[in-house]
Amino acid sequence: MEAEEMELFGIWSSPYVLRVIWALNIKKIKYKYIEEDLNNKSNLLLHYNPVYKKVPVLVYKGKPICESMIIVEFIEETWKNDSIFPKDPYEKAKARFLAKFVEDKLSPPMWRFFTTKGKDQEEAYESFTDYLAILERELEGKEFFGGENIGFVDILLGCMSYVVPIYEEITDFEIITKEKFPLLHAWMQAFLSSDIVRDNLPPRDELLYRYRKIREAFLSKDN
Amino acid sequence: MAEENGVVLLNFWVSPFGQRVKIALAEKGVDYEYKEENLMEKSPFLLKSNPIHKKIPVLIHDGKPICESLVIVEYIDEIWRGKTQLLPSDPYARAQARFWADFIDKKVFECGTRLWKCNGEAQEQAKKEMLEILKLLETELGDKKYFGGESFGLVDLVLIPFSSWFYTYETCCPGLSVENECPKLLVWTKECKTRESVAKSLPEPSMVYEFVCKMKKRFGIE
Repeated sequence: MEAEEMELFGIWSSPYVLRVIWALNIKKIKYKYIEEDLNNKSNLLLHYNPVYKKVPVLVYKGKPICESMIIVEFIEETWKNDSIFPKDPYEKAKARFLAKFVEDKLSPPMWRFFTTKGKDQEEAYESFTDYLAILERELEGKEFFGGENIGFVDILLGCMSYVVPIYEEITDFEIITKEKFPLLHAWMQAFLSSDIVRDNLPPRDELLYRYRKIREAFLSKDN
Repeated sequence: MAEENGVVLLNFWVSPFGQRVKIALAEKGVDYEYKEENLMEKSPFLLKSNPIHKKIPVLIHDGKPICESLVIVEYIDEIWRGKTQLLPSDPYARAQARFWADFIDKKVFECGTRLWKCNGEAQEQAKKEMLEILKLLETELGDKKYFGGESFGLVDLVLIPFSSWFYTYETCCPGLSVENECPKLLVWTKECKTRESVAKSLPEPSMVYEFVCKMKKRFGIE
């Protein structure tokens, strides 16, 4: 396949875009990457994603697919090599369930934790550490959520592997340590050092700067 | 024990999420045991089957629980092949179906809840948003018989349970008329209700309204 057949619209800092990049890497698919400016969205992006006007958008042979989880499933179903999902329907359902759990339950309190302080921040911290405990249990006996290889849940959760250390540095909280969550801690290292992820991460310094600015903006809104 | 083999559905009758699963099982002709849950007093079986969310619907297949309505529907489609395919075969068409099912999931119930819970400005805002959502869906439907084209599928079964709530939304929010604003969508609801799977899975709109009135009283909402 020529790279022109596959285009990915994204922004460098988006964890949702990275999910798609990691999936494309697993399947060894060539693509053309287009960096968007969210303050000045291209006409093409607005044409391809009129409902949400967001990235990522994958365009394959001129046809757009939107929403990162849906894009990853499309990639899985179109290219049969290097499976991202388990074959067994029940195991596949479990993977989809856990992915939804990460999106709907884990992410909101983590964001709340990062963008608040005081009692609000503490409550959010309690909330998401309970959810991290659920993920810790899921990893028992496995290196990745997908087993021996990176799978759907790993891809969905993956951004946590580089965002959590940034949150820890900025907020001075301990979130995932070897003592608290040994399996998740090991998972983060394995994920970050894997072939498909290692060279496909946003630059740390720029991300640190960006997240600091985000936290400052949220905290100053409350004053 | 009855739960160890076969199919069991844990549900609460008014839930549009549970109704999707009922419709999917009916489309596939699957026999199952139905268990009505009291959400004020959840059964130990529900809490054991869905310890993370403690919510319905839960499908238990040969003793193994599956949770989250869209996950359940895709599981049903995969396990019981042969009869009515709920998702198309083509990966791009599947992605489109999932996109719209996800859109409905994210938008309709939450906006609808604000329609009956809120008053004044907040209700007006919810009404405006609901009309935008329904009009967008109506545009996506176009002149097709169903969202998937000629065949009843995922997007249809995800949206149709909300048709039982239109009467409630319109009664709680005067000035809102789905028929006037989205006539094609209403034609589609009538078409869907001619299917036995839909007709026997959805509650009467008047029963939904009665339920909402009880809820409003309980929460002290005017």
